[in-house]
Amino acid sequence: MAITYTSGEQVEVYRFSIPATVLIPLAAVFLQAWLPLRFPFFTIFDLPLLVTIGFATARRSPLSGLFTGCLIGILQDALTHQHIGLYGISKTVVGFGASSLGIKLDVEHVGARFLLTIFFYVVHEVVYFTIARGLAGLHMAWSWPHEFWSCIANALLGVLVFMLLDRVKQRT
Amino acid sequence: MDVLGRYRNLIVLVGVLFAQILGLAVQVNVKRTTDSEPTRLIRVWAVGMVTPLEKALVWVQVSTVNAWHDYFYLRGVRAENRDLKQQIERMSLERVRMSQDADQARRLQALLAFKEQFISETMAAQVIGSSGSELSRSVYIDKGERDGIKPDMAVITADGIVGKVLHVYHSTSQVLLIDDQTSGVGALLDKTRLQGILRGTPSGEVTLEKVMSDETVPAGEQVLTSGGDGVFPKGLLVGRVTKVAPGSELFLNIRVRPAADLNRLEEVLVVTRIDERQAEPDQTGAARAVDILALRLPGVPSKPENTVQAGEPGAAAPSATGSDAKPKAAPAEASAASGTPTAKKTAGAGATTTDATKVSPKPVKAAADVKPQPAVEDSPH
Repeated sequence: MAITYTSGEQVEVYRFSIPATVLIPLAAVFLQAWLPLRFPFFTIFDLPLLVTIGFATARRSPLSGLFTGCLIGILQDALTHQHIGLYGISKTVVGFGASSLGIKLDVEHVGARFLLTIFFYVVHEVVYFTIARGLAGLHMAWSWPHEFWSCIANALLGVLVFMLLDRVKQRT
Repeated sequence: MDVLGRYRNLIVLVGVLFAQILGLAVQVNVKRTTDSEPTRLIRVWAVGMVTPLEKALVWVQVSTVNAWHDYFYLRGVRAENRDLKQQIERMSLERVRMSQDADQARRLQALLAFKEQFISETMAAQVIGSSGSELSRSVYIDKGERDGIKPDMAVITADGIVGKVLHVYHSTSQVLLIDDQTSGVGALLDKTRLQGILRGTPSGEVTLEKVMSDETVPAGEQVLTSGGDGVFPKGLLVGRVTKVAPGSELFLNIRVRPAADLNRLEEVLVVTRIDERQAEPDQTGAARAVDILALRLPGVPSKPENTVQAGEPGAAAPSATGSDAKPKAAPAEASAASGTPTAKKTAGAGATTTDATKVSPKPVKAAADVKPQPAVEDSPH
């Protein structure tokens, strides 16, 4: 398996151009809002989450990761009718965690990315449900089968998204 | 100082999380105290960024599909046209029977001094986007404040109800679907007349709550709006009961399948005006089947006494002279054109003739001669 422990000096740090930094998250949020109308099953995916993880692991900067996650999450929140901050908080945690883990682990391989996406999808859902139930008082039901299949579906799509992000990232 | 530098990332993380939690707490508090949440500026920006692109894509899609269907894919149109004509004839006869029933109901309602609600204006809107979240079942439509849309307006399709307008922006609106967990619709069962509250579940299913467990509810029974929520007028189709099981406490757990396909919404109607008036007995008498049949006979001359002078008060249209032996047919066409369930449900419920004539593209009889019919008007799209 491709997950290897590396020192901070060994891992490569990437950056994204300004158009890519702005347009890719916007495109992810847009597609997440538009595609379910044509393909209802698409609601099980969380494209903005995959972009958050992809950006965070490539940049390997916790501050950049948490701010990227925070902005993408708040933008996603703004399109729902729920309180603003639910996705924001969840993706802030994921962005910070993914970039912190990206410093420690080599996440360039498909298997590593698959497992990483599964892990952070679960983290995202747990944080979201905790905040939504605990703070916002929403009545939400946790369904293990649903979460399991969503997790696998997102991990598979995540591998493809990371491959696309590889094409636009630049070595620092 | 060194400690701050060492834990800088963690401190920033805690700060950002704290700020968001604080913001969330403020929103929850505002909603609790005022029972409504003001539209945040950030929502306006986000919607302003995303919806123009959605509108453009939907426009391209609709134009392509229309061009294909209108100009290229015309196979079978003639046969379909013939079938539709036969269907119209069958429905015309059916309408006569139903209008007699409706007349009787109106007379009884008038006797009991009932007040009835009816949809007098609707606006067609295109669905352009969704919230993109399973936990927020809402869609965006391409009509907003500038088109006269207001919060809490009912949104329906020809199949059944869809939801209500939640947030209104300049040229778009957010519609909360009936399968969202925060949605609630006053509903009643068609045959048993049991009332309950229709709610969405976190998994996207729709249930009818607050029906006592000692009642008998058969699967397959239709669920209609009760009109008690102040959003939907009474009698609109909601869906059908699919499963009934004993629920918690004293109530049944009734699962309902919505009549409208909420996962594949393309065009919807926003109910922009609901009128209420006291039922009045019909003074004009029921349409006779022979009148309807006369429409199909080209040799039957038009009746001269039906002639309406152009510009005369109450005239439906300037060209409505004699109506060419089409008594009482035009309002039905108007309601059929709307394609809403209300048009069927409130048949004979009554409406202003002005509304009816606005919709009808064909010459109709004088307003005084036209039987009251449901008016469901589509504004220009």
